[in-house]
Amino acid sequence: MLTNVIGSLSLIVWLPIAFGILVLVFGGEGRERISKWLSLLGAVLGALVVIPLWLQFDRSEVAFQFVEFSPWVDTFNINYHLGIDGISLILILLNVVTTIFVVVAGWEVITKRVSHYHAAFLILSGMINGVFCSLDAMLFYVFFEATLIPMFLIIGVWGGPNRVYAAVKFFLYTLAGSLLTLVALIYLYRLSGGSFSISDFYATSIPESAQVMIFLALFAAFAVKIPMWPVHTWLPDAHVEAPTGGSVVLAAVMLKLGGYGFLRLSLPIVPDAAQQLAPFVIALSLIAIVYIGFVALIQKDMKKLIAYSSISHMGFVTLGIFIFNAEGMQGAIIQMVSHGFISAALFLCVGVLYDRLHSREISDYGGVVNSMPIFAALFLVFAMANAGLPGTSGFVGEFLVIMGAMASNFWFAFAAAMTLILGAAYTLWMYKRVVFGDVGSEQVAGLKDVNAREFTMLLVLALVVIGVGLYPKPFTDVIGVSVSTILELASVTKY
Amino acid sequence: MDFQLLDLYTLAPEIFLLMGVSVILLLDLFISEKRRNVTFFLSLIVLIITSILPWLFYDAEPRVIMNGLIVSDALGAALKSFLCVLIAVGLVYSKNYLLPRGLHRGEYFSLTLFAALGMMVMISSNHFLSLYLGLELLSLSLYAMVALQRDSGRSSEAAIKYFILGAIASGMLLYGMSMIYGATGNLNIEAIVFAILTGDADSTLLRLGVVFLIVGIGFKLGAVPFHMWVPDVYQGSPTSVTLLIGTAPKIAAFAFVLRLLAEALGHPSLHQDWSQMLTVLAVASLVIGNVVAIAQTNFKRMLAYSTIAHMGFLLVGFMTGSITGYSASLFYVLTYVLMALGGFGVILLLARDGFEAEELSDLSGLSQSNPWCAFLLMIILFSMAGIPPTVGFWAKLFVIQAIVDLGYVGLAVLAVMASLVGAFYYLRVVKIMYFDANESSDATVTYRTGLAIFGVNGLLLLGLGLFPGWLLSLCESLIESSVRTF
Repeated sequence: MLTNVIGSLSLIVWLPIAFGILVLVFGGEGRERISKWLSLLGAVLGALVVIPLWLQFDRSEVAFQFVEFSPWVDTFNINYHLGIDGISLILILLNVVTTIFVVVAGWEVITKRVSHYHAAFLILSGMINGVFCSLDAMLFYVFFEATLIPMFLIIGVWGGPNRVYAAVKFFLYTLAGSLLTLVALIYLYRLSGGSFSISDFYATSIPESAQVMIFLALFAAFAVKIPMWPVHTWLPDAHVEAPTGGSVVLAAVMLKLGGYGFLRLSLPIVPDAAQQLAPFVIALSLIAIVYIGFVALIQKDMKKLIAYSSISHMGFVTLGIFIFNAEGMQGAIIQMVSHGFISAALFLCVGVLYDRLHSREISDYGGVVNSMPIFAALFLVFAMANAGLPGTSGFVGEFLVIMGAMASNFWFAFAAAMTLILGAAYTLWMYKRVVFGDVGSEQVAGLKDVNAREFTMLLVLALVVIGVGLYPKPFTDVIGVSVSTILELASVTKY
Repeated sequence: MDFQLLDLYTLAPEIFLLMGVSVILLLDLFISEKRRNVTFFLSLIVLIITSILPWLFYDAEPRVIMNGLIVSDALGAALKSFLCVLIAVGLVYSKNYLLPRGLHRGEYFSLTLFAALGMMVMISSNHFLSLYLGLELLSLSLYAMVALQRDSGRSSEAAIKYFILGAIASGMLLYGMSMIYGATGNLNIEAIVFAILTGDADSTLLRLGVVFLIVGIGFKLGAVPFHMWVPDVYQGSPTSVTLLIGTAPKIAAFAFVLRLLAEALGHPSLHQDWSQMLTVLAVASLVIGNVVAIAQTNFKRMLAYSTIAHMGFLLVGFMTGSITGYSASLFYVLTYVLMALGGFGVILLLARDGFEAEELSDLSGLSQSNPWCAFLLMIILFSMAGIPPTVGFWAKLFVIQAIVDLGYVGLAVLAVMASLVGAFYYLRVVKIMYFDANESSDATVTYRTGLAIFGVNGLLLLGLGLFPGWLLSLCESLIESSVRTF
């Protein structure tokens, strides 16, 4: 087996990157077919190698699994240290599946610099896996930062008219956040007595004032990434300008890096500060949930609407994480995964429309159901899931978070539950204006329904969304132990 | 301490280089214009051999020779060897640039080699006199090279500016050195150290001397507020000379600062003084260099301001006065010159007869007209910006780590914020290459050797970024074995 030579986690990280390089090398100008098939192969293989992991993963084990360790920078005790727990596993799964959709989504649409496009996504996918696998803080940081480069290029090269502004804003915003994290990590290295291992950070006792500073520094990176109100403004710009694939990866996976960072670093490393500042984070989350929900309501651009809806949904994630109970945290993680699939699907739906009419304005559409009935049906599933309809994955996460919130404070739960109405309002209203009503124009009347490629893509996603909604147990099983471990770590005082 | 014939072996690299440059100088008189390649390749060969020689005769433990003028240690051997390779690569980059501009001349090669000789003397000095001699040999060669394009107004202006400011800086240095001489009664580094340790030295005079030395060092490194010459000289010189000024002398300057401050004046009571001064210079360089670079439209000028910022980072590592800090600075300077080499190298490669390729707009759409060059330049730029997985990230990380170790968290935050500003203008170049439409239609590079070297250069930055550990351990062991700290 290949895994005897190279660890199974290394394989997950480096296989997509290797394929990305292959695509760059072999898929030059005029060989678009090769690059497309090669990247599809890479994406599918990248997903297949996760399957054995999913099967062999011990769901009752507290420690990190599939650990790999080799020294990297001896002088500063930085190591190539990989390992996963349930949360990593579930997010890796989300990432590799999304990569396949991205490759398929760009199949006919991308005609400019095809090989570069696909290579960027494959490399990005490998790096994101790297973030989810890293058990060394510096390795984590390297992967975390490195993801900026491909995304920057994706938005900037294949994006819309205002792409340069969006790409630079995206890059600088996230870089500003993460640079403070870098200083915090180095400071932790000093406190822990010369180690960058995340588990060593867990065991390090940190004085109270330092905890607050470290928490805020980490918060700067993850709050920008996830993104939380008021540092969310890069996201609508990035989403609107990015090509469909870029939006999909951004919404489905990259935002989750922030949530993952909270779970992996903030909570267990500085538990006291996290507890102490939880009201502040919860307040920001609730503002995001309610206020951004209203902002989403008035959007005229479909992508922007979904972007704001993402921010609002991510508010659920941070709320769930910072109420410090098992339901909330499980809900937050399920919400991350479910939002990954739903937002990916919604962006793909918008992409389907955009490829035909080259407009994302809601007002340019209307009565799409008349010319695209199959599409309308699939779109409805995702719209409903986004609104949190029971029976879809969107419901599970939100329900768990609201339950957790109820246990901690009634008004948190009340405010959070508000969005179920708001979410339904903005999503369904958009759906109504785009799909139903009078046929908006002759172009809309002449729309062709989804082709086989688009149909398969959306159908699979619809099945996943409904499947997770009806039977979330495999997912909650995988994360159960990890959630209680993190909660345990987060409840210890470590002055 | 006295002179032994065997010591000449230790000086073999310098002696060989001097002989080589003399031969080239003479030979060049007798060969025709067409066969100028002979001296070009001869220069390369001399440099390559010189780069090997230090390894044959170096001492693992520092050993002082030539009546205390020269010290032979591992750090010196490594730096000299690296320096020669660097200059040789720079010459290879420049080959096709020199020809159409009438610079492919014997003077150019011999001046380059003389500059190299000066730097090598600086690196292994153990005496203020030899330190100063090496510095002047380097500086005078560079003044002449900046002015080598006689009929270019900008070159002449740059040369005058460089010469006058350089002379002032040298004056400051000499003045500082003379004060230290007055305080300690000696110019030999070990003797100075001894005088300071025994408390014989007048501390007021010493401190005053240190101030002047710092001013001189600030000028030579191009740190704010002594940076005024850097942008003009970088922009005004022929690009091949900019490449030379922007790379190898940084290494020599590092050794210079190391010998002067860390070895001679590293006593804790003095370190306290100069580290504060260096911190001011470093912070000012980081801020001004990065902010002003944003406003530049000329690629060379932008890189000049970026150099100022990078020197700020170098000084940040240096002010710690610790082994970790010096190692981080050494790592920084070694990797930085590789980035600068590539950055100026690509301008040389893209330049054609009558076209300098030095405006930022000349790079627009490079990713379409020349994807390979654009990709490599992108690596270089991200490395300068300090984005992982390039080596520039590690260079910055190690420096920041060294200062956080000593508790300067505020300075660390300032340094990373400055690099955030820096990221903006590097990103802008990437944007011009990747997002803008292709305006300069023809960006093909016909010079294959240069392209190959550029490929190695760019990928090296990526490779070092993936495996930075060995280089850092090497830097640390070099500093540990060679620097005689207090």
